[in-house]
Amino acid sequence: MGTRLVIIFISGILINNIVLSRSIGICPFLGVSKQVETAIGMGLAVTFVMTVSSAATWVVQTYVLEKFDLMYLQTITFILIIAALVQFVEMVILKSSPTLYQGLGVYLPLITTNCAVLGVTIINVDNHYNLLESMINGCAVALGFTLAIVIFAGIRERLAFSDIPKPFQGFPIALITAGLLSIAFLGFQGLL
Amino acid sequence: MNFAKEFSKGLIKENPTFGLLLGMCPTLAVTTAAVNGLGMGLAVTFVLVCSNLMISLIRNIVPSKIRIPIYVVVIATFVTVVDMVMQAFVPSLHQVLGLFIPLIVVNCIILQRAEAFASQHAPLDSVADGLGMGLGFTGALTILGSIREILGAGTWFGKTLFGAAFMTLGLLIALLNYVRARRTV
Repeated sequence: MGTRLVIIFISGILINNIVLSRSIGICPFLGVSKQVETAIGMGLAVTFVMTVSSAATWVVQTYVLEKFDLMYLQTITFILIIAALVQFVEMVILKSSPTLYQGLGVYLPLITTNCAVLGVTIINVDNHYNLLESMINGCAVALGFTLAIVIFAGIRERLAFSDIPKPFQGFPIALITAGLLSIAFLGFQGLL
Repeated sequence: MNFAKEFSKGLIKENPTFGLLLGMCPTLAVTTAAVNGLGMGLAVTFVLVCSNLMISLIRNIVPSKIRIPIYVVVIATFVTVVDMVMQAFVPSLHQVLGLFIPLIVVNCIILQRAEAFASQHAPLDSVADGLGMGLGFTGALTILGSIREILGAGTWFGKTLFGAAFMTLGLLIALLNYVRARRTV
């Protein structure tokens, strides 16, 4: 049991990195990665929402959808749970810690349309994880997302000062950098 | 006239993939073969046309404060329809696209068109917009899928490219000749 959890955790962060290996969650990866600081903020917000929504969707999946044979409503239900959860988290943070809200607040609405969150909840169901495994997987995948986006932001900060040929400026060079980063993560394939 | 204008803008000028850089996840993940790109593109086009039509029809009765959740539910409904239809009629493609079919819900192109266009325009224009944007997206995915399939597997839509060896050698020799000619000048 313990080793299984460790394997899920490590493979979520490094081996099956959601951005670089599975190509999910590309929009925030490209959109919010101009500075390391904002990348960290986005990563933390995603980590929080992903872990909680992994747990919430597992409960609904097991006790509502499977029990009443409503599997075809999965997509609609999950996206509504995530949207509601994001709203809820936003309100809680606003009331409890205005400083944290200053840091994370702007990223929270963006997370609803972050396909990595919906993706993770569906991966959990497809792999038949139990509650604990779902939460570990959600947390690990989110940490993998954070790792990727922070590294990428670090590289892009340096790129801003480099002499890049004109047609490559902006998104083209960012996409090529992401491609190289994804090749680098290929090295983790043989880890487990 | 208006229909044609709204339709054509999505193809090149405001192409969602190349121009607006929207909907990147399926663009990068499923374009390993041309047929996957085409299938994904058509699925998105269907959802886009239907959700644009629906949202345009209900645009005057939706309270603006809760419009986003309503749009998401409308989109998710059509995605579920596409998911079931594909599972029934093209199971092999459904298998390949897998996780990325439910993820059409969070494809930013669809929500962006709903918010930016369908919520302010008449149903017919919105359908044209959805169709144009969807086909622009399909075109981009098919081109990307074709290039990746030809480079990676040497096939196109699953068919082996027989002339490929001759053509590649011919093009390489031509390239070399071009470089030599420029050197001597």
